[in-house]
Amino acid sequence: MRWLWPAAVLLLAALPLFPSLFGSYAVTLFTLIFFYGFLGQAWNIVGGFAGQLSAGHAAFLGIGAYTAALLSVEKGITPWVGMFVGGALAAALGTLIGFLGFRFGLRGFYFVLLTVAFAEICRIIASNTDTIGGAVGYYITFTGDPRQFQFQDARAYYYVALALMLAATGVVAWLARRRFGVYLIAIREDESASEALGVDTFRYKLLAMMLSSFLTGVGGAFYAFYLFSLQPGSVFGIPLSVEIIMRAIVGGAGTVLGPILGSFILSPLAELARLYFAQSGWHGAHLVAYGLLLIAVVLFLPEGAYPRLARLFRRRAPQTP
Amino acid sequence: MLFGGVFSLMAVGLTLIFGVMRVVNFAHGDMMVWGMYLAWLMASRGGIDPYVGFVVCAAALFVLGFVVQRVLVQRIVDAPHEMQILLMLGVALVLENTALLAFGPEPHRVRSALAQSTVWLGPVFVDVARLIAFGVAVVLTLLLSLFLFRTDVGRSIRAAADNTYGALVIGTDVRRVYAVAFGVGAACVGAAGALVAPLLPFQPPTGLQLSVASFNIVIIGGMGSLLGAFVGGLLVAVAESLGAIFLKPSLKELVSFSLLVLILLFRPAGLFGRRAP
Repeated sequence: MRWLWPAAVLLLAALPLFPSLFGSYAVTLFTLIFFYGFLGQAWNIVGGFAGQLSAGHAAFLGIGAYTAALLSVEKGITPWVGMFVGGALAAALGTLIGFLGFRFGLRGFYFVLLTVAFAEICRIIASNTDTIGGAVGYYITFTGDPRQFQFQDARAYYYVALALMLAATGVVAWLARRRFGVYLIAIREDESASEALGVDTFRYKLLAMMLSSFLTGVGGAFYAFYLFSLQPGSVFGIPLSVEIIMRAIVGGAGTVLGPILGSFILSPLAELARLYFAQSGWHGAHLVAYGLLLIAVVLFLPEGAYPRLARLFRRRAPQTP
Repeated sequence: MLFGGVFSLMAVGLTLIFGVMRVVNFAHGDMMVWGMYLAWLMASRGGIDPYVGFVVCAAALFVLGFVVQRVLVQRIVDAPHEMQILLMLGVALVLENTALLAFGPEPHRVRSALAQSTVWLGPVFVDVARLIAFGVAVVLTLLLSLFLFRTDVGRSIRAAADNTYGALVIGTDVRRVYAVAFGVGAACVGAAGALVAPLLPFQPPTGLQLSVASFNIVIIGGMGSLLGAFVGGLLVAVAESLGAIFLKPSLKELVSFSLLVLILLFRPAGLFGRRAP
């Protein structure tokens, strides 16, 4: 532990320098790592710390993405503002889902299904609304105007994604040290007991859900203006929610650095596998690998990679006083 | 409406697995898609009609379910819900994408001589294929309940579901019972897959939709209740076709998801469930 933090901080400090050292493909790769790390971190608040397994985070991302894109293209409002509008709308949906789920006491599988149902409802509505492109999707014309969050230089996206990831990690690190974070962990470990000890579990679960959905919604703007096209099937789809969850689980849900580590493990794997397998016509091979990895993590490493790594370092720590 | 029978069979498989070991099979739809691909393989290579071949599909899926339970699920029967869900998600990813690797992304459809003909049934035109699928699905569901209530293996499955510890005490091999139950649940969905294969074009991602559809039905009917799954299947099929008629065909799923949310909030034990979650 004593080493891991300085090492992580050092690595993070070096990250802004990377684009000038590496080629454009590495920049793309790191952009994806940061962005998925950011999404995993946002999920981590409600899924990792509070232990409320949401499988519908794609809904928040989709709402943020569509909001920012529509505001920019139709109304000329810059996504720098639109991302927060999208975040607010996503948080509104998160609050609704959280309110219903927690007020009616849905736990485990029932809560999972509630979140899935809302994400699917969003997907169906988006696919059937022709003004936002319907099932075909919504396309943004590239103008290269930085005020509209469109950059000629891929490095700009790199820095934005890095900033998003660091901001979300900062938020999580902050709440992990506060009473709020401790309450969330107490809720995850034993909800009835924490309630008996006077924790307002409903309130804190709802706050966690709001914060998590807000951050994910903000990320939607990045998604929209990085890809320039939005399809309801992919942006609201269950597979995207699973991608987000995987980052946090593999890295270590409920830890501050877990989701980031998870993204550093999974995103390059996904990207390289997609590149090589898809070229040789092996569609889906990387998802088979994903599935196997998920099974292996659940069976052999249920707490995730980060806690294991941290213990490994801690065991060595006494030798260096 | 006639899809309802197949919906029911699919949901009965899921609810059986859940009722016995409290594990939600997230790979349910993907197992169904494998049933469909097997039916397709037999029809296109061996010329076996899916309305005969469904028996083979059910048997193959029984083996798959049995093995998945023995090798993977057995290890996490007592783990927290989250871990079970994630494990089954992993199985679902593997099954879906091996299908993608093996058969490619383009939609398949099984040809059956019966699928082209129609009959007059009272005042309405009905596909023979749909009618047979419905009939076979209902008969299979009835056979399953006979199996559960009239045979020794069935009785021990129900015993293990009601009271695992008690079943252990009286000497039931609960691990074997679990594996058999998982296999039977998978066999149901395999047969259901073969039965709808001539009616519904399918591709690997269809599995996810089917999984979600069966969760819908099972929640609406009541987790763990066979009757609930059966009635729920019919209900969802009717609700979706009404939605398709009165709203838009692409909006029909909206009806079942809205129904799901309402049931989750106001009657989480489902229409026929005994216990609250």
